[in-house]
Amino acid sequence: MPLITDAHLEAPDDFYEALIAAHDGLAEDESHALNARLVLLLANHIGTLEVLREALDAARAGARDVAER
Amino acid sequence: MPVDYQALTFDYAPHADQQAARPVRRPVVIVGAGPVGLALAIDLAQRGVPVVVLDNDHRLSTGSRAICFAKRTLEIFDRLGCGDRMVAKGVSWNVGKVFLRDAQVYRFDLLPDAGHERPAFINLQQYYVEGYLAERAQELALVDLRWRNEVVDTQPQDDHVTLTIDTPDGQYRLEADHVVACDGSRSAVRRHLGLESKGRAFRDRFLIADVRMTHEAPAERWFWFDPAFHPNQSVLLHRQPDGVWRIDFQLGWDADPEEEKKPEKIIPRVKALLAHSAMKDAGFTLEWASVYTFSCQRMERFRHGRVLFAGDAAHGVSPFGARGANSGVQDADNLGWKLAAVLRGHAPDALLDTYARERESAADENIRHSTRATDFITPKSTVSRLFRDAVLSLAGTQPFARTLVNSGRLSTPTTLHDSSLNTPDSHAFAGPMVPGAAAADAPVTQADGRDGWLLKQLGDGFSALVGADGELEHALQGLAVPGFALSVLAIAPAGAHAGDALVDRDGAIARRYDLQPGTAVLLRPDGHVCARWRAPTPARVQAAMRRALALPEGALPCP
Repeated sequence: MPLITDAHLEAPDDFYEALIAAHDGLAEDESHALNARLVLLLANHIGTLEVLREALDAARAGARDVAER
Repeated sequence: MPVDYQALTFDYAPHADQQAARPVRRPVVIVGAGPVGLALAIDLAQRGVPVVVLDNDHRLSTGSRAICFAKRTLEIFDRLGCGDRMVAKGVSWNVGKVFLRDAQVYRFDLLPDAGHERPAFINLQQYYVEGYLAERAQELALVDLRWRNEVVDTQPQDDHVTLTIDTPDGQYRLEADHVVACDGSRSAVRRHLGLESKGRAFRDRFLIADVRMTHEAPAERWFWFDPAFHPNQSVLLHRQPDGVWRIDFQLGWDADPEEEKKPEKIIPRVKALLAHSAMKDAGFTLEWASVYTFSCQRMERFRHGRVLFAGDAAHGVSPFGARGANSGVQDADNLGWKLAAVLRGHAPDALLDTYARERESAADENIRHSTRATDFITPKSTVSRLFRDAVLSLAGTQPFARTLVNSGRLSTPTTLHDSSLNTPDSHAFAGPMVPGAAAADAPVTQADGRDGWLLKQLGDGFSALVGADGELEHALQGLAVPGFALSVLAIAPAGAHAGDALVDRDGAIARRYDLQPGTAVLLRPDGHVCARWRAPTPARVQAAMRRALALPEGALPCP
């Protein structure tokens, strides 16, 4: 099963709000740590290495765009 | 009075070869009498090959060094005739615990499945391992062990190799059909040939402290990340025989190795550890200490004509996972039967190429595991540290995160998946015993009614495990290839009337090998599976044995 990149979130705005709220009151390093834990939890939920690699590649492509600007 | 193996010295004895008018030719010369060189020497001698072992020193390992010897290594030592001594002296263990600060986050059992004669690991100081191997070697008339013989030059020739050797009586030369360099990470032979072992060095330093104390505690591997007694670093604690405990303190790259080796620096570190444990009142004495760095590296090729490289001379790993000495002994195990077959003209020279290929990929696997462990233990960047800490902080409550905690993935035998010596499956099989896998042990009842172990029933040649089927066993009896007989082991299911068969007492053989009535599994002389069939015929088994010797189909080798 390939990485889903079409809209798949049940309630996009609710999720986004919850994501930002999860960081409320955290210092930057604490926020980074939270994000790292979140990545690991979600990765385990997905489980399939192939899908995770696709996600890593897609995320990494974003970094290259930033670097090239 | 027990032998003090650390103080033991071996006498230099002049050999007639040193006075010969021209260099004497020997079939095999092994350079280095460490665990790898000695294991290979014993194996070759047991196979009837005379072997010279040269060592530049006359002592065993200084300090405990490699202390963790894996199940597969012990099974090889069993075949070499010294497994019982190792296991009797060693501290057997299967369980490891990982702590983050003061809390346990992970516990693993390396041998969760019963039915193996040997434990997952023993801890045993390297000088005992070398001592027992040296004593075993000295029982064998075909092993010619020469202490204080330092190889100072290696010259490959067309049909032999010339070695120049320094001794207390001066220099002499020796010719060898084959040289096996088992002379460690700073291999002199490698240097003589202008070759390198290349890879990645890690910018970190570790202190090993061996302390002797009288304290009873379970034989387990304990690993701390960021403990209060040694903040921001890792610590590993292990029990060895004789009341000696191994403690590895991660120090960081900036530590001064000379300073850290001083007892006045080490003792407070040990006291701090003890104060934070159940051992807080234990008194101790410092036995041995060393500060080390490491790299993960290997030679591009383990074979250079008539010179073969094995053990640390060929490859190096970080200590996390105990993959150094253990993989070196597997190198020796892989090479022994092949070298014997080639020397006798029973197999073509190409069989030695398969030693290099099989063990090069094993080295890649070991390097991959040990590099990953090292990256987890000593993260190389801020973000690597961030994820490492995230894994550790989740591991206490989230079972999935425990699988990511990497304090060293401990040595297991390499499965030689892509070996040209394997005959590919032509039927479906389940279970881990694929072609290339090292044979797993299992409890059996022998024909004489006594309980025993499967691996102990294997000979020095090829073995076939045959799921009980009278006709098939009969058909396979008497098969042989040049230099090696086939030992047919009929396996009867648990509860069956055995006759001459081995009884699969707990069904472990059926389970591990997917052995059904009429199935045959062929094992090489080093105990790796090389073929298996649901419908074997003598011709197929014969062809698979020839293939495992790199013999062309149906033809005889040129001597």
